[in-house]
Amino acid sequence: MEHKGRSSGERLYKIFIYVVLILLAVTIIVPVAWVFMASIKQNSEFYGNPWALPAGVYLQNFADAWNKARMGEYMINSVLVTVLALAILLAVALPAAYVLSRFAFRGRKALNVAFMAGLFINVNYIVVPIFLMLVDGDMFLRKIFGAGFLLNNVVVLAVVYAATALPFTIYLLSGYFATLPHDYEEAAYIDGAGYGTTMIKIIFPMAQPSIITVILFNFLSFWNEYIIAMTLLSDPKGAKTLPVGLMQLTQAQQAATEYGQLYAGLVLVMLPTLILYICVQKKLTQGMTLGGLKG
Amino acid sequence: MIKRSGRGRFIFLCAAPATILFLIFMVIPTVNVFRMSLFKRSAYSPTEDFVGLDNFIRLLGDANFIRSMQNTILLIVVVTVITFAFALVFAAILTMEKIKGQNFFRIIFYIPNILSVVVISAIFSAIYDTNNGTLNSLLSLFSGKTVAILWKGESMVMISLIIAMVWQAIGYYMVMYMASMSSVSQSLYESASLDGAGRIVSFFQITLPLIWTNIRTTLTFFIISTINMAFLFVKAMTSGGPNGASEVALSYMYKQAYTNSTYGYGMAIGALVFLFSFGLSALVNAVTKRETLEF
Repeated sequence: MEHKGRSSGERLYKIFIYVVLILLAVTIIVPVAWVFMASIKQNSEFYGNPWALPAGVYLQNFADAWNKARMGEYMINSVLVTVLALAILLAVALPAAYVLSRFAFRGRKALNVAFMAGLFINVNYIVVPIFLMLVDGDMFLRKIFGAGFLLNNVVVLAVVYAATALPFTIYLLSGYFATLPHDYEEAAYIDGAGYGTTMIKIIFPMAQPSIITVILFNFLSFWNEYIIAMTLLSDPKGAKTLPVGLMQLTQAQQAATEYGQLYAGLVLVMLPTLILYICVQKKLTQGMTLGGLKG
Repeated sequence: MIKRSGRGRFIFLCAAPATILFLIFMVIPTVNVFRMSLFKRSAYSPTEDFVGLDNFIRLLGDANFIRSMQNTILLIVVVTVITFAFALVFAAILTMEKIKGQNFFRIIFYIPNILSVVVISAIFSAIYDTNNGTLNSLLSLFSGKTVAILWKGESMVMISLIIAMVWQAIGYYMVMYMASMSSVSQSLYESASLDGAGRIVSFFQITLPLIWTNIRTTLTFFIISTINMAFLFVKAMTSGGPNGASEVALSYMYKQAYTNSTYGYGMAIGALVFLFSFGLSALVNAVTKRETLEF
């Protein structure tokens, strides 16, 4: 008797769990799917029932977003900034993490502590000082060359992205390098390889899984970032990244009600990250326990 | 011996670029936050006048600043409590029960974390829209009469922000706790259940104490990151409005420093919030200190 009562309670509990889980999944899937659906609706359809399925596939929204709202141009900027920032970051952080974790030299401890402390400095606090530094720099350059090029420059933006990602990246890579036995280097040195060759040919290939994790996390943060981009690319007619362009569109949308363009723009921002996520979701959810504490 | 002479140069070449970038774009701006908070500087007169603690004294009498701090603290408390409660319970359910489609739920729950806050804000703005929004239309459907709640109006805007922030954060922390909970030995639960302990007792007596170290560190980081996320959401979703009802500390800093060009005053806010976040995390760290449990 008692056994039976328990198992039916058990079943109710199971059903309850599934209902809650499915409900939570629905609250995530529906809004995202809804954006995709809305991106192919005609503007007139937005004034009716928001749940109505699109009347047809209206791809003009994407063309409008791409050309009229300059999303195409912003997309190219975003790709450029993200790729450049990742390249700079890896070129700078990999050697630094390597020597900081595997060589004994004077000042190593201080540098390690400094980079560690950098983990606690959030970029939101320092974005205005960085902006002012570039303003001053431009003023200085204008005096000498007659023109400043530090503000409204996507290359400078990429450098700032790379620099502010250094503490996290070095922390993650050092953690990996420190676990490798020293035998690898010793064997390479005996074979006559120099320091640089050993690092590039022997150590970096072994670090590939960590490097991929670094690329994944930083790709997401660079692609999605908008506070620094908005601050440093301040010229209203100048270059912008995709999230900043999108934010403009949301603000313009409140006045001009170009819903179709807005949702097409949203899809353009989301799609690359979603595709990447689907390809590497296992890696990402595993990698996060590795670098688990990225605020 | 040639190697020996090249060693110092190799270390220098590897460490120098990262150190220089870190110095220029993180250390100097951080120092500048604190230095500038003691000066008066505006956009059109780029000279700096030393004013001592004047900026800070003015801040304490600034009702807008006080309101933004209150909003920040509200978000820290409410978002943290809801996110952690949900994330821990769901993670426990997903790891301990034999749930079909566990992997599917894991993949879905992580999605908000890979989306840009701009995208999330745009999605939620569409959901919250008073006339054509999905939330009001859903409520109308269930209640049978037309619901026209101003979700982004003065009285509801903080609740709307909380919902969006929890939606964004829950999945990430859930996946993280699932990783740490799955390392808890299954035999502990089995012997506890032989002793007659139910699920809830097991959760509080076994799961929570065993992953306490993990909870503690994530909690500290979450509090710091909530201060930053609040800024990102407010910037993209409400711009602090209506009438400053959703202003948070960092968005107010940005408004003063960047939009209003009262740099010194803005940096005083930055410095204060920076110290506040450190004090708060030290406090949380001290309050949550427990003996590390190992079975």
